[in-house]
Amino acid sequence: MMSKPRRIYDDQGRRIFGLMAEYDSSQAILQAVDLAYEKGYRKMDAYSPFPVEGLSEALGHRPGKLALVVLGGGIVGALVGYGMQYYASVIDYPLNVGGRPLHSWPMFIPITFEMTILFAAFAAVLGMFALNGLPQPYHPVFNVENFELATRSHFFLVIEVEDPWYDPEETLRFLEGTGATQVSEVPF
Amino acid sequence: MADEFKQSRPNSRLPVLTPGHTFATVTDKISELVLTARTPRFWWIGFGVSFLLLQVMLISVAYLFAVGVGVWGINIPVGWGFAIINFIWWIGIGHAGTLISAILLLMRQNWRTSINRFAEAMTLFAVANAGLYPLLHLGRPWFAYYIFPYPNTMSLWPQFRSPLVWDMFAIATYATVSALFWYIGLIPDLATLRDRAGSNFGRHVYGMLAMGWRGSAIHWHRYQNAYFLMAALATPLVVSVHSIVGLDFAVSLIPGWHSTILPPYFVAGAVFSGFAMVMNLAILLRRFYRLEDFITLRHLDNMAKVMLAMGLFVAYGYLMENFTGWYSSDQYERFIYADRFTGVYGPAMWALMFHNVLVPQLFWFRRVRRSIPLLFLVAILINIGMWLERFMIVITSLHRDFLPSSWHIYIPTFWDWALFIGTLGLFFTMLFLFIRFLPVISIFEMRELVAEQEAHDE
Repeated sequence: MMSKPRRIYDDQGRRIFGLMAEYDSSQAILQAVDLAYEKGYRKMDAYSPFPVEGLSEALGHRPGKLALVVLGGGIVGALVGYGMQYYASVIDYPLNVGGRPLHSWPMFIPITFEMTILFAAFAAVLGMFALNGLPQPYHPVFNVENFELATRSHFFLVIEVEDPWYDPEETLRFLEGTGATQVSEVPF
Repeated sequence: MADEFKQSRPNSRLPVLTPGHTFATVTDKISELVLTARTPRFWWIGFGVSFLLLQVMLISVAYLFAVGVGVWGINIPVGWGFAIINFIWWIGIGHAGTLISAILLLMRQNWRTSINRFAEAMTLFAVANAGLYPLLHLGRPWFAYYIFPYPNTMSLWPQFRSPLVWDMFAIATYATVSALFWYIGLIPDLATLRDRAGSNFGRHVYGMLAMGWRGSAIHWHRYQNAYFLMAALATPLVVSVHSIVGLDFAVSLIPGWHSTILPPYFVAGAVFSGFAMVMNLAILLRRFYRLEDFITLRHLDNMAKVMLAMGLFVAYGYLMENFTGWYSSDQYERFIYADRFTGVYGPAMWALMFHNVLVPQLFWFRRVRRSIPLLFLVAILINIGMWLERFMIVITSLHRDFLPSSWHIYIPTFWDWALFIGTLGLFFTMLFLFIRFLPVISIFEMRELVAEQEAHDE
């Protein structure tokens, strides 16, 4: 284990991941995230039972590269689809059907199209998983009992101990002042 | 503000979601259907009947494999019997699922939310049935893999200029993309089930399927990106799939088939029949699982309107098809279109006109669109009508081709019917299992709807 200077342990000597604050509405968490960002916290994440508009931007997340990944997948699919048909019909097995051209490109379009969609769809799904780091069998936030409400009705903000501005008391006080219904430690 | 909005659009008085629900109540209500230990009696009855029908299918397939395609009514020249009719019928039904989940998503039609999940499941199961038929129809199904482009010792490749090969790519891509779309749509709900499951087993199974989803805002952001991109990909895909099915016919030289109208007209017919099936399933679901709060009259009303529009498309297709046949001045074309109405299959053609052109006109009336028994009945009639349409297209053109000496009548046999009914068994068996083990309504999107409604009320 590499030692990290700001690792913090609780009273029982358990390592903790951060502090988790619970909110009961999407407006409340948006407000809390804005406050936290203003305060300088960066190593934090918010959890919600449905996509809350503007929440990831409030956390300082820049729009990602997923669209480019999908575009890449689509281009690769088109090339593979067209290339496969060209190779089979023109190079490897040229079949003269009534003197018609071997490179009959209009007839290759439907399969090229289908392959474009297929590869782009895989790129979208696998790209989303990869960027999100899923599947992830374990994550400390699940150690908080109430966190199961994150997939039902409640909203959570976690500030990690890794954040340079993190301070056990200061951060706790801050979170309690953001309208949280409850603040708890997240053990590892 | 809200009142003005309501006044300007009388239909918005019907809510998409009955007011009074919160994040917790929608979550509990929908996940309860899956997580309850008690399986309702109607589920057992429905599943039991479907499972019995599934056995009919297995017996039909076993007999078909043992004896050969001669057990069906197909002959020369009618080589495409029930197998192709049902293939098109099933794949058409599937298309409504993709339409609802993808196209309505892109158009930001929030009423799609409570019907998209089971419509997508319907797509998958319908496509599974559709995919089976061409395989069974092969005669030597153990060589089915010949159609895949793979390097082989015979140095052969599939004929990439044939719509039948396009079809294989289209259906395979469609099935794969639909499954991916359905699965990523399920992930947040699987996480909900994981967190709410009472049993250890349930927690583990749903937990593994949920992939550790924890609802992080940044994950949601990428998730929604991926979901919208998938919808944008699925939209042209669904159009291409049934167009290619249409090309299976249009590229041939058979009278009644060799027409450029077929691809768009097939797509419209697919959406038409698919919505009819979604309507039937939605009515049964809301009735038996008491989901009237989530699948409201607004949904049924909107679906009826889509069906009306699609029915008009299809009617226009019939009109233009017959007009082009006449206008071509080709005696074979003219003969086949006249024969459809006056020949041995004439009664089926008139029945199809009744089911697909006349009956949907009832949806002009609001009273019909809000009457559940009538909606159910009309949807059933449209399903039958669309099946008849495929029957007419496939059979009439083949049974009277260019040479009267080769004319032949096609009569479906017992095994044709047994297999068809059996595929209904497979469809409903999978559907019942889906209803029991996965949330029939997208829970997280319902929560989103609740949030939207709250914001709107303020």
